[in-house]
Amino acid sequence: MSALTDLGVAAIRNGVRDGEFSAREVAEAFNTAVAGADALNAFIVKTPEHALTAADAADKARAAGETLKPLAGVPIGMKDLFATKGVQTTAASRILEGFKPEYESTVSHKLWDAGAGMLGKLNLDQFAMGSSNETSYFGNVISPWRRGEGDTTPLAPGGSSGGSSAAIAARLCPAATGTDTGGSIRQPAAFTGISGIKPTYGRCSRWGVVAFASSLDQAGPMARDVRDCAILLEAMAGFDPKDSTSLDMAVPNWEAGLSADLRGKRVGIPAEYRMDGTPAEIEALWQQGIAWLKDAGAEIVEVSLPHTKYALPAYYIIAPAEASSNLARYDGVRYGLRELADGQNLQDMYAATRAAGFGDEVKRRILIGTYVLSAGFYDAYYTQAQKVRTLIARDFDNAWSQCDLLLTPTAPSAAFGLGEKVDPLAMYLNDVFTVPASLAGVPAMSVPGGLDAGGLPLGLQIIGKPFDEQGVLNAGLAIEQRAGFTARPKAWW
Amino acid sequence: MSVDTATVKKVASLARIAISDADAERLAPELNNIVGWIEQLGEVDTKDVAPMTAVIPNTLRLRADVITEGNQRDAVLANAPQGEHGFFTVPKVVE
Repeated sequence: MSALTDLGVAAIRNGVRDGEFSAREVAEAFNTAVAGADALNAFIVKTPEHALTAADAADKARAAGETLKPLAGVPIGMKDLFATKGVQTTAASRILEGFKPEYESTVSHKLWDAGAGMLGKLNLDQFAMGSSNETSYFGNVISPWRRGEGDTTPLAPGGSSGGSSAAIAARLCPAATGTDTGGSIRQPAAFTGISGIKPTYGRCSRWGVVAFASSLDQAGPMARDVRDCAILLEAMAGFDPKDSTSLDMAVPNWEAGLSADLRGKRVGIPAEYRMDGTPAEIEALWQQGIAWLKDAGAEIVEVSLPHTKYALPAYYIIAPAEASSNLARYDGVRYGLRELADGQNLQDMYAATRAAGFGDEVKRRILIGTYVLSAGFYDAYYTQAQKVRTLIARDFDNAWSQCDLLLTPTAPSAAFGLGEKVDPLAMYLNDVFTVPASLAGVPAMSVPGGLDAGGLPLGLQIIGKPFDEQGVLNAGLAIEQRAGFTARPKAWW
Repeated sequence: MSVDTATVKKVASLARIAISDADAERLAPELNNIVGWIEQLGEVDTKDVAPMTAVIPNTLRLRADVITEGNQRDAVLANAPQGEHGFFTVPKVVE
C-alpha cells in the first residue's frame, strides 16, 4: 500500500469509511509530513491538534455506526486569508501579526461542519497580492519542484495561493482552500502540477475572508485531481446571508455529476490568447489539450474575445482601487499592529502603523488605487476601467452563443525562479490568461497537462459559463484522464 | 499624466501611509510605469457602455432590522492594540 500522504480526498474519505485505516492514522501521517517540511515555508501556523480532534470525531462516529460526514477524516490546509476562530489569521501581513479572530469564516466553518480537520494556516502573498509568493511578511514559499537533477534554484510556487499549491504538490495535505482574485488559485495550481477551480463569483461566501478586491475575490478548492476539487467545492459553496453578493442557489452535487464524456459540447479556442512571446511548449500543450477534448467527443470552434488585451490594465485599476478602500480598515485601532511614538497624534499613528505594517507590494497597490480614485482622475481611470470590464464580460457572453466552454493555457510560462521577476509590471503580466475570467465572474479551472523541457508542470485552463462549474469540472476530468499526469516533485526538503 | 515625487507624497498622505523622501523617489518611476501602462485603456471606445456594477446579476437583499449577534463587547475588543474600560482607545484628538 502506498503512503497515506499520497492519498487524495476521495481515497481518504472512502478508506476511513471502509475501515482500511483510521482517520487518526491519516491525520498523524500528514502532521508528520507538515512538521518535516519547514524548508518549503508553506505554513505560517501549524495546527496538528485541530486535525487530530477532527480525525478522532470521525473515528468515533464510525465506531458508533453513524453515517459519516462528507469530509470525515480528511485533513486539509487553510489559506491564511480565512478567519479561523482562535487561530492566528494574518493574510501574510505584519499588520495582522498576532490577530486571533473571535469568529470563523463561513467557508472554513462549512468545511469543519463537513468533518474536515485543519493541518495549519498556509502562507500566501501578502493580502493575496502577488503571483510568486514573494510578498509574504513570513517569507517566501519555496516550490517543491526543481528544474532538474542537481539544479537547486528555488522556484516560485505561484501566487497568491502558493502555500496551498506547494503543500499539496509536496503531499503535506491532500487538498487546501485557495482564493482567486485574478488567478490566485489557477496560476499556482499550474506552477505545481495540481488542480484548482475558481467557481462563479458568489458561489462561496466571502464572509470572514480577508478582503482584497471584493468584486473579484472568490474562494475555491485546490487538490491533486478534479474529483477532489468537486468534493471540496461542494462543501465550501452555498448561500450565506452574511455576504451581500452570495448566490442564493442550491449547490449542485458536482462529484456525482462528473463525466468525461464531452459529446455535444462545443469548446471555444479564443484567438486573442495566442500571444507573441508565448513559449512554444505552451502552444504545443494547448494543441494537445484541443486534441484531448476532441477525443472526449467535444467539437472545437474558433472564437474571438476582442477585448482580451485590455483585461490586465482594467484589472490593475479595479483591483487596487478596491484594495485601497478595503485596506483602509487597518488603522491600528481595532486589531493588529499599532505604531505610536511619544507625542504622536492620531493621524501620525495611522500613517506610521500602515507604513510599518504593509509590505512594499501592498503599499504600491494602495497608492495606485488611491491615485486612480482621487479627484480629477476617477472618471478617466476607474469609470473607464469599469466600462471596459463590461465589454470584457460581453465578450464572454457573445462567445457562449458559439460554445459551452473555453480552453486556454493557464499561465504564459512554467514556474520562474524566486527573485527572477523584479519589475512589478512584468510580474503582473503573468496573470494575462487568468484575469479575464475573473473580471467576467465566470468559473475557471486549471488542470495539469504535462511538463516542459526542464521537467516543470504546465497547466491548461478551462473557462465556463456562469454557474456551469459542472461543465468546467467535466472538461477538466476529460483532460486529466488523457494527460495521465503522474509527475511529482522529488522530496529534497 | 506622469507621476512625480510630489504626487507620490500626496497620494501616500491621502492613503495614510508614512513615506520617506527616498521611498517617494523610488516609487515615482515605478508607479509612473504602471500608470503609463494602464493608460492604454483610454483607446477603447466606451461610448454608450455602462460601467460594470455587478458581474453576476444579483438583487441586493434586505433583512429585518434586528440585532443578530449582540452583547459581544469583549470579543470585539479582544484584538484591540489598546482598550480600556470597554472602549477602543486612541491618542487624544481634541485638545
